[in-house]
Amino acid sequence: MDTTLTMPEPKQVARGATMIELRGILKVYRAGDVPVVALDHIDLDIARGEMLSIIGASGSGKSTLMNILGCLDKPTRGTYTLEGRNVNALSDRQLARLRGRRIGFVFQSFNLLSRMTALEQVELPLIYLGVRNRRRLAMRALASVGLADRWHHKPTQLSGGQQQRVAIARALVTNPAIIMADEPTGALDTKTTKAVMETLVRLNAERGITVILVTHELDVAAYTRRVITLRDGNIISDAAPGRTNVVAFPSAETRREPAPEAAGADA
Amino acid sequence: MIFLDTLRMALGEFTTNKLRTALTMLGIVIGVCAVIALMAAGQGASAGVTAQVRGLGSNLLFITPASTSNASSGGVRDIRRLTLTTADEAAINDPSQAPYVQAAVAQFGGDTGSTTGNTLTEQFIGNGQNTTASLAATEPAYQQIRNVTMAAGNFISQDDMTRKTLSAVIGAQVAQDLYGTPAQAVGQQISMSFGPRFTLNLTVIGVMQRSGGPNDTTVIMPLTAFEARVPFGRSPTGQHNVQAIIVKVKNGYNLNTAKAQLTTLLDQTHTTQDFQISSQNDLLATSQKVARTLTILLGAIAGISLVVGGIGIMNIMLVSVTERTREIGIRKAIGASRDNILLQFVCEAVIVTLAGGIVGVVLGVGAAILANGQTFGTGTTVTTQVSSTSVVAAFAVSVIIGLFFGIYPAWRASHLDPIEALRTE
Repeated sequence: MDTTLTMPEPKQVARGATMIELRGILKVYRAGDVPVVALDHIDLDIARGEMLSIIGASGSGKSTLMNILGCLDKPTRGTYTLEGRNVNALSDRQLARLRGRRIGFVFQSFNLLSRMTALEQVELPLIYLGVRNRRRLAMRALASVGLADRWHHKPTQLSGGQQQRVAIARALVTNPAIIMADEPTGALDTKTTKAVMETLVRLNAERGITVILVTHELDVAAYTRRVITLRDGNIISDAAPGRTNVVAFPSAETRREPAPEAAGADA
Repeated sequence: MIFLDTLRMALGEFTTNKLRTALTMLGIVIGVCAVIALMAAGQGASAGVTAQVRGLGSNLLFITPASTSNASSGGVRDIRRLTLTTADEAAINDPSQAPYVQAAVAQFGGDTGSTTGNTLTEQFIGNGQNTTASLAATEPAYQQIRNVTMAAGNFISQDDMTRKTLSAVIGAQVAQDLYGTPAQAVGQQISMSFGPRFTLNLTVIGVMQRSGGPNDTTVIMPLTAFEARVPFGRSPTGQHNVQAIIVKVKNGYNLNTAKAQLTTLLDQTHTTQDFQISSQNDLLATSQKVARTLTILLGAIAGISLVVGGIGIMNIMLVSVTERTREIGIRKAIGASRDNILLQFVCEAVIVTLAGGIVGVVLGVGAAILANGQTFGTGTTVTTQVSSTSVVAAFAVSVIIGLFFGIYPAWRASHLDPIEALRTE
């Protein structure tokens, strides 16, 4: 089936019911006196159990989109409906609870707390949720990423790949509906990248967790069926890489060139 | 979030920053310690003054120059301000004019029950030693009025008064400091100077029994001899001025009635009311007021150090929030609400002040107990009295300070934008 550069495929066939619904999402930053449009009226639907990549050059708005999807940021305009709830209307406490319960984050720089052991890191989200049996649940999450024997190690005593697996365990422990992974392999070598990506794919396949991946690496995006390409705050393609790789993905030169008016908005 | 987990996290924070935590805590420790120790010193002084006034004797009225005319501040050195004379004393001692008076005695220096009067506290030299004592020039009736018992020798007699002998009756502490035992003191010479030009040389004729009151450090001499030798003791009108008249009212007679009647009596010879009459209770009230003011003053000074300690806490907390911006961002991303972050930082501040408060209470009480009974080379014994109120108050204030100075940094932490926070390196 053909897709064109100008006309992205309308909507992917959802594997489940619609989970995330973005309508007319506009995000404007103020860089000094100059307003910078980071997201320009984005419409996007994501179904339960999907695994997708958001790709784009630096400054394309992909991190902003991820922050809004992860309820860390609010759009300037537009509506975000997550599992039927209007996120814009939620209070700080409700948002915190939503992040804690439904969303797990995995970051490029792991974002572990340096003073805590692996087990304590994984327990932390459970503390904020007020869950009992924390130790047992945290150990189970560590075991699921193959680090059960490293539970007492601090981040400095773990390799990069192990640290990222601790971060994945921390994201998993609350049994979230969505995992947001922001450049999860950006700080890892090829071999570890493969292990981490396989872990994410397995979580998606076995547990049906929706995985949203933000990356600028094509081979990482290739692990997902659906790839959304952003440029200058617009979705310029929404397709599966196997079919749309060439047309949907901007050329290398285009990718390297940050959009001047959006520079700094998406660092 | 469970409160205990927040406490546990806060404690974990301190173990990683031991030195910083200890230094921050030190500010509070010093503050609380100072509040408790200084309040104890103030309260000890207050209790001491009260005991002293109670020890003056019973049924006493003290007549002194009116304090409204600032009469007593110049003391014995300014005769223009001395408004009482030996004629007043004679009138009071006359049973036909004041039948309710058992005895009255005129006095220069010494303890006149006044908080501002000159007690003529000077250096006394005898037997090659010296000591600090208060000179009291008075009359034989002093012994009866102030319940003085003798350890050795005799009190001044009417004969001493008539002959204006340069004799001295000394307090137990004076005898001990200069001569060793009371018996050794009798017959010895004792001298004192008012400035460089005037010296009194007295012969010890008696030593008073130790009473624990002001008499222990008093040297008593005949009023007549004092007036004859000390040039400023005579008024321009030729009458002998006195610094105070102490009246013992007959047993069972109402002190307030006696006070009113004495006022009427003295008004006959005084054109203006240039004197005041105070009872022991008045003195007690005045001295307690002074002591209370002292206590509050000391407490306030110490309180300032507590506030400074609090500002130290705030400073460190702000630094800590800045340092831990990324941590705050991570915690928010994994589900911490503003309230959780606020609670965490407030907990940290309160734990530091609470621990500082506990250490401060222990050190403060310890310092007060150690200082109790010491003289610190000043000749005055320091008494301290730790009150449970000051302990509880200092403790509570330290916690409140933790809350007060911890809330702003915690608020800043809780309102950090999670995206900005995560972006910080």
